[in-house]
Amino acid sequence: MYIQIENLTKVFYEANKKPFVVLSDINLTIKKSEFICIIGPSGCGKTALLNILGGFVPPTNGRVLIDGEEVKKPSSRYVSIFQDYKLLPWRTVRKNIELGLENKKLSRAQINEIVDAQIHAVGLSGFENYMPATISGGMKQRVSIARALAVEPDILFMDEPFGALDSVTKETMQLNLKQLLSSKPGGTTVIFITHDVDEAVFLADRILVMSAKPGKINNIIEVDLPQPTMKYTRSFNAVRDNVIKEMAAVSHK
Amino acid sequence: MSYLKRFLSFSASILILVVVWQAVVTFGQQPEFLMPSPGRVAIALWELFTDGWLFGHVWVSFVRFIIGYIAACALAMFLGVIFGWFSTLWRIVEPIVLLLKPISPIAWLPFIMLWFGIGDAPAIFTIAMASFFPMLLATVLAINSVSTSYMNVAANFGLTRFQILYKIVLPASFPKLVQGLHSALTAAWIFLVAGELMGTSEGLGFLINDARQNLRSDLIMAGIVLIGTIGYVFDRFLTLVEKYVSKKWGGG
Repeated sequence: MYIQIENLTKVFYEANKKPFVVLSDINLTIKKSEFICIIGPSGCGKTALLNILGGFVPPTNGRVLIDGEEVKKPSSRYVSIFQDYKLLPWRTVRKNIELGLENKKLSRAQINEIVDAQIHAVGLSGFENYMPATISGGMKQRVSIARALAVEPDILFMDEPFGALDSVTKETMQLNLKQLLSSKPGGTTVIFITHDVDEAVFLADRILVMSAKPGKINNIIEVDLPQPTMKYTRSFNAVRDNVIKEMAAVSHK
Repeated sequence: MSYLKRFLSFSASILILVVVWQAVVTFGQQPEFLMPSPGRVAIALWELFTDGWLFGHVWVSFVRFIIGYIAACALAMFLGVIFGWFSTLWRIVEPIVLLLKPISPIAWLPFIMLWFGIGDAPAIFTIAMASFFPMLLATVLAINSVSTSYMNVAANFGLTRFQILYKIVLPASFPKLVQGLHSALTAAWIFLVAGELMGTSEGLGFLINDARQNLRSDLIMAGIVLIGTIGYVFDRFLTLVEKYVSKKWGGG
């Protein structure tokens, strides 16, 4: 298995030293180039899980193996993408996308070639020299995705990346993300947090429904829809109803 | 707000100040030399201007100020980056800095004169000391308060520690450094006169001290007006720079 999560537990300590179990004994295996969506109520530890997978936060117990190696720190082989983009506001669109390439042994021409290709792929041609503050949220998220894909990561960790976007932009971004991922040889493994059931069903191969207090995986739903996926077909709606039912069960616990 | 509105409110503000000042003079019944009137001070300023003294005093003070301020801020930023980056070092240095910080530069003035003699040096050193500590603390704080999300991005893309410093930390703290430059400037300008009171033969501080010895209260007030005005211009200028920077840096 490509990503192995073994007995993962995360405990935070509140101000009064009371332990708070954010994640309780998570076990999961993920195949290479699988697209996993995580859905669940707030406080179920989705983001904590992603931060542990990304190597930003150590687990309290258990471990994460990627390609057989234990995750101890962040690496450009697995890049995180966040709802608030985390672009560097003092860099132009082009220089932001360049960030991860600058410390690789690449010539200026090679860097430019990769960046140009990414800018074209995410549809930002003509905006290369704009500052992040001057472009829309959807465009910022495109920059953030291009910045991640420029280093050709094996895995993307995406924490509600389209959560702040309007519904039309969101649709475009979902389609665009599918295209971007399918064009990479060898495929990209994605773990994607969302609150949007339609988004999860549209994008995922498997959907994890998590519950809170303590955070755990309640159910795993195989999506397995005919490709290319179309929203609101009979089979799509069947999966969607199933996910909604599971989520309702989780929130009534 | 439109420029016209801003100009009108500024003029109203100055007008109120002058009217109150004149009222104190008119109804205060005190001898003229204890409180010179705005008109008298305007004449004194005009006198300074036509004599050619005005520009000389302002220029000398300005040069002293800029030398002291820039030298101190450059050193403070350099040290501040080092202290901010190596937190163990800062834990050792911080008590020393906090101990020295509350001491007025004026208290050091006798030593400064013993060490560096009279003339430009005491004035420059007073300014430098007044700018140094605010700038040092602002720099350390700026470096330490760089958002962890930027640090996470840097770590994710495998930047080395040195790359993190000059590609992430320095640019990320730039707006706070500009704020530091601004507060250091306001703090230091206050000490301009103090550093020039003794052993100088030119400058705004000398102008005031010299006028005192000649019982020319109108000239003293003229010096005060000049110091206030120049300080105001400096302050407005850096406020604009600060606004520009935070606008340019905002919204990643």
